[in-house]
Amino acid sequence: MFDFLNSDYDLLGAFWVTVQLTLYSAAGSLVWGTLLAGMRVGPVPLMRGFATAYVNIVRNTPLTVLIVACSLGLNQTLGMALGGKDFKEIGFRLAILGLVAYTGTFVCEALRSGINTVPLGQAEAARALGLGFFQSLVLIVLPQAFRAVVAPLANVLIALTKNTTVAAAISVAEAAALMKEMIENESDALFAVFAVFAFGFVVLTLPVGLLLGWVGRRVAVKR
Amino acid sequence: MSGGSVLYDAPGARAKRRNLLYTALFVVVLALAAWWVLAAMADKQQLTAAKWSPFVTDPAVWSTYLLPGLGETLLAAGLSIVVALPVGMLLGLGRLSDHAWVRVPVGTVVELFRAIPVLLMMVFAAQLYAEFSSLSSDIRPLYAVVTGLVLYNASVMAEIVRAGVLSLPRGQTDAAKAIGMRKGQTTLSVLLPQAVTAMLPVLVSQLVVIVKDTALGGAILGLPELLAQNRTITANYGANTIAAFTVIAVLYILVNFSLTSFAGWLERRLRRARRSAGVVLGTEQGEDIGVANPPGAPTDELRDA
Repeated sequence: MFDFLNSDYDLLGAFWVTVQLTLYSAAGSLVWGTLLAGMRVGPVPLMRGFATAYVNIVRNTPLTVLIVACSLGLNQTLGMALGGKDFKEIGFRLAILGLVAYTGTFVCEALRSGINTVPLGQAEAARALGLGFFQSLVLIVLPQAFRAVVAPLANVLIALTKNTTVAAAISVAEAAALMKEMIENESDALFAVFAVFAFGFVVLTLPVGLLLGWVGRRVAVKR
Repeated sequence: MSGGSVLYDAPGARAKRRNLLYTALFVVVLALAAWWVLAAMADKQQLTAAKWSPFVTDPAVWSTYLLPGLGETLLAAGLSIVVALPVGMLLGLGRLSDHAWVRVPVGTVVELFRAIPVLLMMVFAAQLYAEFSSLSSDIRPLYAVVTGLVLYNASVMAEIVRAGVLSLPRGQTDAAKAIGMRKGQTTLSVLLPQAVTAMLPVLVSQLVVIVKDTALGGAILGLPELLAQNRTITANYGANTIAAFTVIAVLYILVNFSLTSFAGWLERRLRRARRSAGVVLGTEQGEDIGVANPPGAPTDELRDA
Protein backbone atom coordinates (compact mmCIF):
# COMPACT_ATOMS: atom_id res chain seq x y z
CA MET A 1 0.00 0.00 0.00
CA PHE A 2 2.85 2.36 0.82
CA ASP A 3 5.12 1.10 -1.96
CA PHE A 4 4.96 4.51 -3.68
CA LEU A 5 7.30 5.68 -0.93
CA ASN A 6 10.39 4.00 -2.35
CA SER A 7 9.60 4.80 -5.96
CA ASP A 8 10.91 7.82 -7.79
CA TYR A 9 9.10 10.58 -5.90
CA ASP A 10 11.37 12.92 -3.96
CA LEU A 11 9.21 13.13 -0.87
CA LEU A 12 11.90 14.44 1.46
CA GLY A 13 13.08 16.90 -1.18
CA ALA A 14 9.57 18.35 -1.49
CA PHE A 15 9.21 18.73 2.27
CA TRP A 16 12.67 20.29 2.39
CA VAL A 17 11.44 22.95 -0.05
CA THR A 18 8.44 23.51 2.26
CA VAL A 19 10.77 23.93 5.22
CA GLN A 20 13.00 26.34 3.30
CA LEU A 21 10.00 28.40 2.16
CA THR A 22 8.82 28.53 5.78
CA LEU A 23 12.18 29.55 7.24
CA TYR A 24 13.00 32.26 4.69
CA SER A 25 9.47 33.66 4.80
CA ALA A 26 9.41 33.56 8.60
CA ALA A 27 12.64 35.55 8.81
CA GLY A 28 11.44 38.01 6.17
CA SER A 29 8.01 38.53 7.68
CA LEU A 30 9.44 38.97 11.17
CA VAL A 31 11.56 41.86 9.89
CA TRP A 32 8.83 43.33 7.70
CA GLY A 33 6.16 42.90 10.38
CA THR A 34 8.34 44.60 13.00
CA LEU A 35 8.98 47.51 10.62
CA LEU A 36 5.24 47.82 9.95
CA ALA A 37 4.45 47.71 13.67
CA GLY A 38 7.09 50.37 14.30
CA MET A 39 5.55 52.59 11.66
CA ARG A 40 2.05 52.00 13.03
CA VAL A 41 2.90 53.18 16.53
CA GLY A 42 5.30 55.91 15.45
CA PRO A 43 4.97 59.69 15.56
CA VAL A 44 5.01 60.31 11.80
CA PRO A 45 1.39 60.47 10.56
CA LEU A 46 2.21 59.51 6.97
CA MET A 47 4.05 56.34 8.04
CA ARG A 48 1.20 55.47 10.40
CA GLY A 49 -1.29 55.92 7.57
CA PHE A 50 0.80 53.88 5.15
CA ALA A 51 1.25 50.97 7.57
CA THR A 52 -2.43 50.96 8.54
CA ALA A 53 -3.55 51.02 4.91
CA TYR A 54 -1.03 48.34 3.94
CA VAL A 55 -2.09 46.00 6.75
CA ASN A 56 -5.80 46.43 6.06
CA ILE A 57 -5.41 45.94 2.32
CA VAL A 58 -3.00 43.01 2.31
CA ARG A 59 -4.70 41.16 5.17
CA ASN A 60 -7.94 41.21 3.22
CA THR A 61 -6.37 39.95 -0.01
CA PRO A 62 -6.19 36.18 -0.47
CA LEU A 63 -2.62 34.90 -0.26
CA THR A 64 -3.28 32.99 -3.46
CA VAL A 65 -3.99 36.25 -5.28
CA LEU A 66 -0.76 37.77 -3.96
CA ILE A 67 1.39 34.83 -4.97
CA VAL A 68 -0.23 34.33 -8.38
CA ALA A 69 0.04 38.08 -8.99
CA CYS A 70 3.74 37.92 -8.09
CA SER A 71 4.21 35.22 -10.70
CA LEU A 72 1.92 36.36 -13.53
CA GLY A 73 2.17 40.09 -12.88
CA LEU A 74 5.62 40.87 -11.50
CA ASN A 75 7.52 38.11 -13.23
CA GLN A 76 5.81 37.19 -16.47
CA THR A 77 4.37 40.60 -17.34
CA LEU A 78 6.85 43.07 -15.84
CA GLY A 79 9.86 40.78 -16.17
CA MET A 80 11.14 41.04 -12.59
CA ALA A 81 13.13 37.94 -11.68
CA LEU A 82 14.41 38.94 -8.20
CA GLY A 83 17.86 37.74 -9.21
CA GLY A 84 16.73 34.16 -9.78
CA LYS A 85 18.43 32.38 -12.64
CA ASP A 86 16.09 29.59 -13.69
CA PHE A 87 12.35 28.97 -13.54
CA LYS A 88 12.67 27.02 -10.30
CA GLU A 89 14.66 29.65 -8.46
CA ILE A 90 12.47 32.53 -9.65
CA GLY A 91 9.28 30.76 -8.55
CA PHE A 92 10.81 30.04 -5.15
CA ARG A 93 11.76 33.68 -4.61
CA LEU A 94 8.42 35.01 -5.86
CA ALA A 95 6.60 32.70 -3.46
CA ILE A 96 8.73 34.00 -0.57
CA LEU A 97 7.99 37.59 -1.62
CA GLY A 98 4.24 36.90 -1.57
CA LEU A 99 4.42 35.04 1.74
CA VAL A 100 6.46 37.80 3.40
CA ALA A 101 4.14 40.54 2.13
CA TYR A 102 1.16 38.63 3.51
CA THR A 103 2.52 37.19 6.76
CA GLY A 104 4.17 40.50 7.70
CA THR A 105 0.72 41.97 8.34
CA PHE A 106 -0.11 39.23 10.85
CA VAL A 107 3.24 39.67 12.59
CA CYS A 108 2.55 43.41 12.74
CA GLU A 109 -0.87 42.91 14.31
CA ALA A 110 0.47 40.38 16.83
CA LEU A 111 3.29 42.74 17.81
CA ARG A 112 0.93 45.66 18.12
CA SER A 113 -1.22 43.76 20.59
CA GLY A 114 2.01 42.83 22.39
CA ILE A 115 2.97 46.50 22.60
CA ASN A 116 -0.44 47.11 24.18
CA THR A 117 0.39 44.68 26.99
CA VAL A 118 3.46 46.70 28.05
CA PRO A 119 2.42 48.87 31.02
CA LEU A 120 2.18 52.60 30.45
CA GLY A 121 4.77 53.26 33.13
CA GLN A 122 7.50 51.57 31.09
CA ALA A 123 7.20 54.01 28.19
CA GLU A 124 6.70 56.93 30.55
CA ALA A 125 9.83 55.99 32.49
CA ALA A 126 11.74 55.72 29.22
CA ARG A 127 10.60 59.18 28.22
CA ALA A 128 11.41 60.55 31.64
CA LEU A 129 14.99 59.30 31.17
CA GLY A 130 15.12 61.33 27.98
CA LEU A 131 14.89 58.47 25.51
CA GLY A 132 13.39 59.41 22.17
CA PHE A 133 10.68 57.46 20.37
CA PHE A 134 13.06 55.14 18.55
CA GLN A 135 15.13 54.41 21.66
CA SER A 136 12.15 53.74 23.91
CA LEU A 137 10.58 51.51 21.25
CA VAL A 138 13.70 49.45 20.53
CA LEU A 139 15.25 49.35 24.01
CA ILE A 140 12.25 49.30 26.32
CA VAL A 141 8.94 48.44 24.68
CA LEU A 142 9.69 45.97 21.88
CA PRO A 143 11.78 43.55 23.99
CA GLN A 144 8.89 43.24 26.44
CA ALA A 145 6.32 43.12 23.64
CA PHE A 146 8.16 40.26 21.90
CA ARG A 147 8.22 38.24 25.10
CA ALA A 148 4.46 38.64 25.42
CA VAL A 149 3.65 37.53 21.87
CA VAL A 150 5.68 34.34 21.49
CA ALA A 151 2.51 32.20 21.49
CA PRO A 152 0.62 34.38 18.94
CA LEU A 153 3.75 34.47 16.78
CA ALA A 154 3.93 30.67 17.03
CA ASN A 155 0.39 30.59 15.65
CA VAL A 156 1.48 32.84 12.80
CA LEU A 157 4.45 30.55 12.12
CA ILE A 158 2.19 27.48 12.04
CA ALA A 159 -0.23 29.25 9.70
CA LEU A 160 2.76 30.24 7.56
CA THR A 161 3.96 26.64 7.37
CA LYS A 162 0.55 25.62 6.10
CA ASN A 163 0.37 28.63 3.79
CA THR A 164 3.56 27.63 1.97
CA THR A 165 1.39 25.07 0.16
CA VAL A 166 -0.13 27.98 -1.77
CA ALA A 167 3.19 28.20 -3.63
CA ALA A 168 1.95 25.13 -5.51
CA ALA A 169 -0.24 27.60 -7.42
CA ILE A 170 2.87 28.92 -9.17
CA SER A 171 4.42 25.45 -9.56
CA VAL A 172 7.02 25.62 -6.81
CA ALA A 173 7.98 22.00 -6.22
CA GLU A 174 6.97 21.85 -2.54
CA ALA A 175 4.92 19.29 -0.66
CA ALA A 176 1.42 20.20 -1.92
CA ALA A 177 2.56 20.23 -5.55
CA LEU A 178 4.13 16.79 -5.14
CA MET A 179 1.03 15.50 -3.40
CA LYS A 180 -1.17 16.67 -6.30
CA GLU A 181 1.12 14.91 -8.75
CA MET A 182 1.29 11.72 -6.68
CA ILE A 183 -2.40 11.56 -5.92
CA GLU A 184 -3.16 11.70 -9.63
CA ASN A 185 -0.55 9.12 -10.62
CA GLU A 186 -1.05 6.71 -7.72
CA SER A 187 -4.82 6.86 -7.66
CA ASP A 188 -5.09 3.41 -6.08
CA ALA A 189 -3.14 4.63 -3.04
CA LEU A 190 -5.20 7.79 -2.62
CA PHE A 191 -5.70 7.51 1.13
CA ALA A 192 -2.13 6.43 1.81
CA VAL A 193 -0.71 9.40 -0.13
CA PHE A 194 -2.96 11.83 1.76
CA ALA A 195 -2.03 10.21 5.06
CA VAL A 196 1.70 10.53 4.34
CA PHE A 197 1.46 14.22 3.48
CA ALA A 198 -0.91 14.98 6.33
CA PHE A 199 1.53 13.25 8.67
CA GLY A 200 4.36 15.33 7.22
CA PHE A 201 2.58 18.57 8.07
CA VAL A 202 1.61 17.37 11.54
CA VAL A 203 5.29 16.59 12.13
CA LEU A 204 6.25 20.08 10.92
CA THR A 205 3.65 22.03 12.89
CA LEU A 206 3.10 20.10 16.11
CA PRO A 207 6.63 20.47 17.60
CA VAL A 208 6.62 24.18 16.73
CA GLY A 209 3.40 24.69 18.68
CA LEU A 210 4.61 22.67 21.65
CA LEU A 211 8.09 24.15 21.72
CA LEU A 212 7.10 27.78 21.26
CA GLY A 213 4.18 27.36 23.66
CA TRP A 214 6.69 26.26 26.29
CA VAL A 215 9.14 29.03 25.38
CA GLY A 216 6.30 31.56 25.48
CA ARG A 217 5.35 30.57 29.01
CA ARG A 218 8.97 30.69 30.12
CA VAL A 219 9.85 34.10 28.73
CA ALA A 220 6.54 35.87 29.40
CA VAL A 221 7.00 38.86 31.69
CA LYS A 222 5.22 38.02 34.92
CA ARG A 223 3.03 40.96 35.86
CA MET B 1 -0.88 51.10 26.93
CA SER B 2 -3.16 52.20 24.15
CA GLY B 3 -2.48 53.34 20.62
CA GLY B 4 1.21 53.92 21.22
CA SER B 5 0.90 57.65 21.76
CA VAL B 6 2.68 57.33 25.11
CA LEU B 7 5.74 56.29 23.17
CA TYR B 8 6.41 59.92 22.24
CA ASP B 9 5.66 63.34 23.67
CA ALA B 10 3.45 65.91 22.02
CA PRO B 11 5.88 67.22 19.39
CA GLY B 12 7.65 70.47 20.17
CA ALA B 13 9.37 72.69 17.63
CA ARG B 14 12.30 70.33 17.03
CA ALA B 15 10.21 67.18 16.97
CA LYS B 16 7.83 68.82 14.49
CA ARG B 17 10.75 69.65 12.21
CA ARG B 18 12.10 66.12 12.58
CA ASN B 19 8.71 64.58 11.82
CA LEU B 20 8.45 66.79 8.76
CA LEU B 21 11.85 65.58 7.62
CA TYR B 22 10.85 61.91 8.11
CA THR B 23 7.59 62.57 6.26
CA ALA B 24 9.51 64.11 3.37
CA LEU B 25 11.97 61.21 3.26
CA PHE B 26 9.13 58.70 3.35
CA VAL B 27 7.32 60.52 0.54
CA VAL B 28 10.50 60.32 -1.53
CA VAL B 29 10.82 56.56 -0.87
CA LEU B 30 7.16 55.94 -1.72
CA ALA B 31 7.42 58.10 -4.84
CA LEU B 32 10.53 56.24 -5.97
CA ALA B 33 8.79 52.89 -5.47
CA ALA B 34 5.70 54.10 -7.31
CA TRP B 35 7.79 55.55 -10.11
CA TRP B 36 9.75 52.31 -10.43
CA VAL B 37 6.57 50.22 -10.65
CA LEU B 38 4.85 52.60 -13.05
CA ALA B 39 7.95 52.80 -15.26
CA ALA B 40 8.11 49.02 -15.40
CA MET B 41 4.41 48.89 -16.24
CA ALA B 42 4.70 51.58 -18.91
CA ASP B 43 7.69 49.75 -20.34
CA LYS B 44 5.56 46.63 -20.85
CA GLN B 45 2.56 48.60 -22.15
CA GLN B 46 0.47 47.84 -19.07
CA LEU B 47 -0.59 51.44 -18.57
CA THR B 48 -2.30 52.02 -21.92
CA ALA B 49 -5.94 53.07 -21.75
CA ALA B 50 -7.01 50.07 -23.82
CA LYS B 51 -5.91 47.72 -21.04
CA TRP B 52 -7.81 49.51 -18.27
CA SER B 53 -10.85 50.97 -20.02
CA PRO B 54 -12.81 47.70 -20.48
CA PHE B 55 -13.44 47.62 -16.74
CA VAL B 56 -15.23 50.97 -17.00
CA THR B 57 -16.68 51.02 -20.50
CA ASP B 58 -17.49 47.40 -21.27
CA PRO B 59 -20.26 45.96 -19.09
CA ALA B 60 -19.55 42.52 -20.57
CA VAL B 61 -16.35 42.21 -18.49
CA TRP B 62 -18.49 42.45 -15.40
CA SER B 63 -21.50 40.44 -16.53
CA THR B 64 -19.52 37.63 -18.21
CA TYR B 65 -16.44 37.28 -16.02
CA LEU B 66 -16.12 39.28 -12.83
CA LEU B 67 -19.60 39.01 -11.34
CA PRO B 68 -20.13 35.29 -12.10
CA GLY B 69 -16.64 34.73 -10.66
CA LEU B 70 -17.52 36.68 -7.54
CA GLY B 71 -20.79 34.74 -7.35
CA GLU B 72 -18.92 31.43 -7.46
CA THR B 73 -16.54 32.64 -4.74
CA LEU B 74 -19.42 33.66 -2.50
CA LEU B 75 -21.31 30.44 -3.28
CA ALA B 76 -18.34 28.28 -2.28
CA ALA B 77 -17.74 30.34 0.86
CA GLY B 78 -21.44 30.37 1.78
CA LEU B 79 -21.89 26.62 1.30
CA SER B 80 -18.76 25.98 3.35
CA ILE B 81 -19.86 28.02 6.34
CA VAL B 82 -23.41 26.63 6.23
CA VAL B 83 -22.09 23.07 6.41
CA ALA B 84 -19.10 23.77 8.66
CA LEU B 85 -21.09 25.59 11.33
CA PRO B 86 -23.31 22.71 12.52
CA VAL B 87 -20.51 20.17 12.12
CA GLY B 88 -18.15 22.43 14.05
CA MET B 89 -20.72 22.94 16.77
CA LEU B 90 -21.12 19.17 17.22
CA LEU B 91 -17.34 18.73 17.31
CA GLY B 92 -16.95 21.59 19.77
CA LEU B 93 -19.56 20.14 22.12
CA GLY B 94 -17.97 16.72 21.66
CA ARG B 95 -14.65 18.12 22.87
CA LEU B 96 -16.39 19.41 25.98
CA SER B 97 -18.03 16.06 26.68
CA ASP B 98 -17.69 14.45 30.09
CA HIS B 99 -17.07 11.08 28.44
CA ALA B 100 -13.48 10.41 27.48
CA TRP B 101 -14.53 8.08 24.65
CA VAL B 102 -16.19 11.07 22.94
CA ARG B 103 -13.80 13.81 24.02
CA VAL B 104 -10.52 12.14 23.04
CA PRO B 105 -11.35 11.02 19.48
CA VAL B 106 -13.11 14.30 18.69
CA GLY B 107 -10.15 16.21 20.08
CA THR B 108 -7.76 14.18 17.94
CA VAL B 109 -9.82 14.82 14.79
CA VAL B 110 -10.05 18.55 15.49
CA GLU B 111 -6.32 18.94 16.19
CA LEU B 112 -5.45 16.83 13.15
CA PHE B 113 -7.55 18.76 10.65
CA ARG B 114 -6.30 22.05 12.04
CA ALA B 115 -2.72 20.97 11.44
CA ILE B 116 -3.20 19.96 7.78
CA PRO B 117 -3.13 22.71 5.12
CA VAL B 118 -6.55 23.25 3.59
CA LEU B 119 -5.09 22.85 0.10
CA LEU B 120 -4.12 19.24 0.79
CA MET B 121 -7.70 18.48 1.81
CA MET B 122 -9.05 20.13 -1.34
CA VAL B 123 -6.71 18.16 -3.59
CA PHE B 124 -7.56 14.97 -1.73
CA ALA B 125 -11.30 15.63 -1.98
CA ALA B 126 -11.02 16.39 -5.70
CA GLN B 127 -9.35 13.04 -6.35
CA LEU B 128 -11.74 11.26 -4.02
CA TYR B 129 -14.75 12.57 -5.95
CA ALA B 130 -13.08 11.80 -9.27
CA GLU B 131 -12.56 8.18 -8.31
CA PHE B 132 -15.51 7.27 -6.14
CA SER B 133 -18.39 9.46 -7.26
CA SER B 134 -20.37 10.12 -10.41
CA LEU B 135 -20.16 13.91 -10.08
CA SER B 136 -19.61 15.54 -13.46
CA SER B 137 -16.22 17.13 -13.90
CA ASP B 138 -17.56 20.70 -14.04
CA ILE B 139 -19.23 20.53 -10.63
CA ARG B 140 -16.43 18.50 -9.01
CA PRO B 141 -14.12 21.45 -8.23
CA LEU B 142 -16.89 23.18 -6.25
CA TYR B 143 -17.54 20.01 -4.24
CA ALA B 144 -13.84 19.51 -3.65
CA VAL B 145 -13.29 23.10 -2.52
CA VAL B 146 -16.31 23.05 -0.22
CA THR B 147 -15.28 19.68 1.23
CA GLY B 148 -11.76 20.90 1.96
CA LEU B 149 -13.02 24.13 3.49
CA VAL B 150 -15.63 22.28 5.59
CA LEU B 151 -13.09 19.79 6.98
CA TYR B 152 -10.73 22.57 7.99
CA ASN B 153 -13.22 25.17 9.15
CA ALA B 154 -15.43 22.74 11.06
CA SER B 155 -12.44 22.00 13.28
CA VAL B 156 -11.69 25.71 13.64
CA MET B 157 -15.37 26.33 14.52
CA ALA B 158 -15.15 23.52 17.05
CA GLU B 159 -12.40 25.42 18.81
CA ILE B 160 -14.40 28.64 18.61
CA VAL B 161 -17.48 26.97 20.11
CA ARG B 162 -15.36 25.43 22.83
CA ALA B 163 -13.71 28.76 23.62
CA GLY B 164 -17.16 30.38 23.64
CA VAL B 165 -18.61 27.88 26.09
CA LEU B 166 -15.53 27.90 28.32
CA SER B 167 -15.49 31.70 28.40
CA LEU B 168 -18.88 31.78 30.15
CA PRO B 169 -18.75 32.38 33.90
CA ARG B 170 -18.99 29.24 36.03
CA GLY B 171 -22.06 30.65 37.72
CA GLN B 172 -24.09 29.96 34.59
CA THR B 173 -23.58 26.21 34.94
CA ASP B 174 -24.03 26.36 38.69
CA ALA B 175 -27.30 28.26 38.36
CA ALA B 176 -28.59 25.79 35.76
CA LYS B 177 -27.70 22.92 38.09
CA ALA B 178 -29.34 24.68 41.01
CA ILE B 179 -32.69 24.86 39.22
CA GLY B 180 -32.41 21.16 38.41
CA MET B 181 -31.39 21.15 34.76
CA ARG B 182 -29.70 18.08 33.37
CA LYS B 183 -26.35 18.27 31.51
CA GLY B 184 -27.96 18.31 28.07
CA GLN B 185 -30.46 20.95 29.11
CA THR B 186 -27.72 23.11 30.60
CA THR B 187 -25.72 22.94 27.39
CA LEU B 188 -28.64 23.50 25.03
CA SER B 189 -30.64 26.15 26.85
CA VAL B 190 -28.04 27.98 28.91
CA LEU B 191 -24.49 27.62 27.61
CA LEU B 192 -24.87 27.28 23.84
CA PRO B 193 -27.13 30.31 23.23
CA GLN B 194 -24.75 32.56 25.13
CA ALA B 195 -21.70 30.99 23.52
CA VAL B 196 -23.17 31.60 20.06
CA THR B 197 -23.69 35.27 20.86
CA ALA B 198 -20.19 35.51 22.26
CA MET B 199 -18.64 33.96 19.17
CA LEU B 200 -20.64 35.77 16.47
CA PRO B 201 -17.90 38.31 15.69
CA VAL B 202 -15.28 35.54 15.44
CA LEU B 203 -17.57 33.58 13.12
CA VAL B 204 -17.86 36.57 10.79
CA SER B 205 -14.09 36.99 10.73
CA GLN B 206 -13.70 33.30 10.02
CA LEU B 207 -15.83 33.95 6.94
CA VAL B 208 -13.03 36.21 5.69
CA VAL B 209 -10.58 33.32 5.98
CA ILE B 210 -13.01 31.11 4.06
CA VAL B 211 -13.49 33.66 1.27
CA LYS B 212 -9.73 34.00 0.97
CA ASP B 213 -9.23 30.24 0.84
CA THR B 214 -11.70 29.78 -2.01
CA ALA B 215 -9.08 31.45 -4.24
CA LEU B 216 -7.02 28.25 -3.88
CA GLY B 217 -9.75 26.37 -5.70
CA GLY B 218 -9.48 28.80 -8.60
CA ALA B 219 -5.70 28.61 -8.80
CA ILE B 220 -5.25 24.87 -8.42
CA LEU B 221 -8.50 22.93 -8.90
CA GLY B 222 -10.06 24.89 -11.75
CA LEU B 223 -13.02 26.32 -9.87
CA PRO B 224 -14.29 29.23 -12.01
CA GLU B 225 -14.19 31.70 -9.13
CA LEU B 226 -13.00 35.29 -9.03
CA LEU B 227 -9.23 34.71 -9.23
CA ALA B 228 -9.63 32.24 -12.10
CA GLN B 229 -11.35 34.99 -14.14
CA ASN B 230 -7.95 36.64 -14.45
CA ARG B 231 -7.01 34.05 -17.06
CA THR B 232 -10.16 34.46 -19.15
CA ILE B 233 -10.10 38.25 -18.94
CA THR B 234 -6.48 38.57 -20.01
CA ALA B 235 -7.17 36.14 -22.85
CA ASN B 236 -10.07 38.22 -24.14
CA TYR B 237 -8.99 41.80 -23.44
CA GLY B 238 -5.41 41.80 -24.69
CA ALA B 239 -3.07 40.65 -21.93
CA ASN B 240 -4.11 43.30 -19.41
CA THR B 241 -2.68 41.21 -16.55
CA ILE B 242 -1.95 44.04 -14.14
CA ALA B 243 -5.29 45.76 -14.70
CA ALA B 244 -7.22 42.50 -14.27
CA PHE B 245 -5.32 41.60 -11.09
CA THR B 246 -5.93 45.07 -9.68
CA VAL B 247 -9.69 44.88 -10.25
CA ILE B 248 -9.89 41.32 -8.89
CA ALA B 249 -7.88 42.22 -5.80
CA VAL B 250 -10.07 45.27 -5.20
CA LEU B 251 -13.18 43.09 -5.34
CA TYR B 252 -11.73 40.63 -2.81
CA ILE B 253 -10.66 43.48 -0.56
CA LEU B 254 -14.11 45.11 -0.72
CA VAL B 255 -15.86 41.87 0.27
CA ASN B 256 -13.38 41.02 3.02
CA PHE B 257 -13.04 44.53 4.35
CA SER B 258 -16.79 44.87 4.75
CA LEU B 259 -16.90 41.51 6.53
CA THR B 260 -14.03 42.57 8.83
CA SER B 261 -15.69 45.88 9.59
CA PHE B 262 -19.00 44.14 10.22
CA ALA B 263 -17.27 41.76 12.64
CA GLY B 264 -15.68 44.68 14.47
CA TRP B 265 -19.00 46.52 14.67
CA LEU B 266 -20.72 43.38 15.93
CA GLU B 267 -18.06 42.89 18.59
CA ARG B 268 -18.33 46.47 19.84
CA ARG B 269 -22.12 46.28 19.85
CA LEU B 270 -22.21 43.00 21.73
CA ARG B 271 -19.66 44.23 24.25
CA ARG B 272 -21.82 47.29 24.87
CA ALA B 273 -25.10 45.38 25.07
CA ARG B 274 -24.05 42.89 27.78
CA ARG B 275 -27.40 41.23 27.79
CA SER B 276 -26.07 37.73 28.44
CA ALA B 277 -23.18 36.99 30.75
CA GLY B 278 -21.36 39.71 28.88
CA VAL B 279 -18.73 37.57 27.27
CA VAL B 280 -17.56 38.35 23.74
CA LEU B 281 -14.71 36.62 21.94
CA GLY B 282 -12.47 39.17 20.27
CA THR B 283 -11.81 39.14 16.54
CA GLU B 284 -8.37 40.64 16.35
CA GLN B 285 -5.88 37.96 15.46
CA GLY B 286 -4.16 36.11 12.70
CA GLU B 287 -5.07 33.21 10.53
CA ASP B 288 -6.33 30.71 13.04
CA ILE B 289 -9.06 33.02 14.17
CA GLY B 290 -10.65 32.26 17.51
CA VAL B 291 -8.00 29.74 18.39
CA ALA B 292 -6.07 30.68 21.43
CA ASN B 293 -3.34 28.11 21.27
CA PRO B 294 -1.24 26.52 18.59
CA PRO B 295 -2.26 22.93 17.86
CA GLY B 296 -0.82 20.65 20.47
CA ALA B 297 -0.21 23.30 23.06
CA PRO B 298 -2.05 22.92 26.35
CA THR B 299 -5.47 24.48 25.87
CA ASP B 300 -6.48 25.51 29.35
CA GLU B 301 -5.87 29.22 28.96
CA LEU B 302 -8.28 31.19 26.81
CA ARG B 303 -8.35 34.33 24.79
CA ASP B 304 -9.80 37.44 26.36
CA ALA B 305 -13.08 36.78 28.07
